[in-house]
Amino acid sequence: MSTPGIGVKDVFTANGSAPVEYRRIYVWELPVRAYHWINAIALVALCVTGYLIGAPIRLFNAPEAYEQYWFGWVRFIHFAAAYVYVFNFLARLYWGFVGNKYARWSAFFPLKKSQRQEIVDVIKADVLETKMHGPISTGHNALAGLIYFGTFLAFVFQTITGFALYSSMSSSWLPRMFTWIVPLMGGEFAVRFWHHLFLWFFVTFIIVHIYLAFYHDYIEGRGTVSSIIGGWKFDRENRGK
Amino acid sequence: MGNSIWQNMQQKGYSRRDFLQFCATAATVAGFGKSGVAQVVSAFEKKEKPAVVWMHFQECTCCSESFIRASHPIVADALLDVLSLNYTETLMAPSGFQAEKSLSDTLKNNKGKYIVLVEGAVPTKDDGVYCMIGGKTAESILQTVAADAAAIVAWGSCASNGCVQAAKPNPTGATPIYKLVDKPVINVPGCPPIADVMMAVVTHLLVVGQVPALDSQGRPKEFYGRRVHDTCYRRANYDAGLFVESWDDDGARKGYCLYKMGCKGPVTYNACSVVKWNEGTSYPIQSGHNCIGCSEAGFWDNGPFYQHLASFPGFGVESTADTVGTVVGVATLAGVAAHVVATNVRKRKVIAEVHAEDQKES
Ligand code: HEM
Ligand code: HEM
Ligand code: SF4
Ligand code: SF4
Repeated sequence: MSTPGIGVKDVFTANGSAPVEYRRIYVWELPVRAYHWINAIALVALCVTGYLIGAPIRLFNAPEAYEQYWFGWVRFIHFAAAYVYVFNFLARLYWGFVGNKYARWSAFFPLKKSQRQEIVDVIKADVLETKMHGPISTGHNALAGLIYFGTFLAFVFQTITGFALYSSMSSSWLPRMFTWIVPLMGGEFAVRFWHHLFLWFFVTFIIVHIYLAFYHDYIEGRGTVSSIIGGWKFDRENRGK
Repeated sequence: MGNSIWQNMQQKGYSRRDFLQFCATAATVAGFGKSGVAQVVSAFEKKEKPAVVWMHFQECTCCSESFIRASHPIVADALLDVLSLNYTETLMAPSGFQAEKSLSDTLKNNKGKYIVLVEGAVPTKDDGVYCMIGGKTAESILQTVAADAAAIVAWGSCASNGCVQAAKPNPTGATPIYKLVDKPVINVPGCPPIADVMMAVVTHLLVVGQVPALDSQGRPKEFYGRRVHDTCYRRANYDAGLFVESWDDDGARKGYCLYKMGCKGPVTYNACSVVKWNEGTSYPIQSGHNCIGCSEAGFWDNGPFYQHLASFPGFGVESTADTVGTVVGVATLAGVAAHVVATNVRKRKVIAEVHAEDQKES
């Protein structure tokens, strides 16, 4: 195993009796954790400002336009967060080729039979709340990996439509590269419509994702939530290989 | 025929002064500026005026109506006179066989030199029976006139992108011109297009004898290069977040931004906020109404004019992506809540099971 697994003997005294041995595994390296939280913050900012751009609320009402600029700021935050989010995402794509085995692209596709079996298992565990048989992957479980890949596709879509919209209001080179998307999608209205619709994909993903992180923290009992902060998960000895 | 524009104007009794005024306006409108006036004068003095045929297919004639209201009366008047408008169903004197003869003569005598202006879309369903003139389908007429044309201009949204005839479900198979002919077409969308923009395009063709610079969708860059929103005088209110909330509120009186009333200015490429309408008097937003995006392809299907987003198909007229999103979001939250409850109900059992297992293993 290439990952550093430190053989600490943690003593688990659940019923005050038999000790069970756990091993610490360094699962999420710093770039993955940094990516995760930068992405989470940028996405929340994008969703909130994006929603406001689509349906501005009556925030302040100064009598004259020169006295305030709040809608301009909302849009500015959207565009600034968009840049952070896109470059952060590109860094993660790169890390999929050079990171540890938990971060690599192979963890995102259920190519092996055991992975497909795990998907069925996890769906049963999550939806029907059955007990999982067999060990679950140490990194992303096979279902989570596949869903993250789907999310990455949505990231790509939102980036393309976002920059296509941005190309009509910016003269810098990056958005300029997306001008051709607009006629391809049948005009700016259509681009805007799809860009707006996908907002709700992200909202739904965030709700389910955060909940499942907590739920798996509970059913797996090996520090799922803290792993995305500190990087470590716990595995029983001789398991999870 | 064979006359230049200047000769023609003289015959009609215009003075040299009128003629120069006309040239100056034409130069300005076509975007040549002051330095281009001489070029225009010499072109209009010497160049034989080109023959023009103006075809009418599936349309409402609003483009023609707009055209004859170009800002400078002499320009409108003169252009209609000066163009050898050899065929146009709505304005020509001859009718019946004479009219048809006039068309076929023009095509024959000016091979490769005449200009075709098309107003209206062309129906392609059911062998094109939905628009027939003189026993021929619009499509076959279009192919005939397009064959030897020097330039083809598609007037208005109908000819450029299908407009209302092509709106879902497009019962007649209305098709824009550029999809039917294998020549470059100058698209001048709008419902109708701005008179001065139409003038400029025609002037450009006459003076330079060339197609004006076009964007990737075949529209003259000069007039369709910017969004209505980019040069809208209410833009400061947009940036400030001052929006009209209903048609009769205080904001409407103060001229706040119409974004929340469904203004399509941010997604519409047109020159309304710069060139304006009716001799530069006003344009829809200045008159208090939101832009409905009339120069954008498919604007009828981008549904209700007074909504920022289109209605979401299958969820009733008023519902948008946000309605659907909210339903999905709330359903998800409800699912999560139900899951939390189920998990907690089973909690004791699960924890006991895990403990038992741990003991067995060690
Ligand atoms: C708010 C927006 C959030 C977004 C968009 C988001 C997105 C993601 C993505 C894309 C991954 C895959 C990471 C990778 O492989 O590079 C991931 C993993 C993870 N996230 Fe989040 N996340 C969010 C919030 C949170 C929060 C609040 C928590 C914890 C309380 C959390 C916990 C985790 C965990 C534990 C993983 C690893 C999952 C696994 O073991 O498979 N996330 N997240
Ligand atoms: C990935 C998360 C993102 C979400 C959830 C999101 C959401 C939204 C929403 C809901 C709108 C309002 C659309 C409307 O109804 O008019 C919007 C507008 C916009 N977004 Fe995004 N967006 C995201 C990413 C991006 C990216 C990466 C860019 C790239 C620059 C971008 C650029 C824009 C632009 C230019 C607008 C139009 C702003 C305007 O009207 O001035 N977005 N976004
Ligand atoms: S009224 Fe319309 S075009 Fe003008 S600033 Fe507001 S949204 Fe833009
Ligand atoms: S303001 Fe918009 S809807 Fe009105 S004429 Fe101009 S482009 Fe058409």
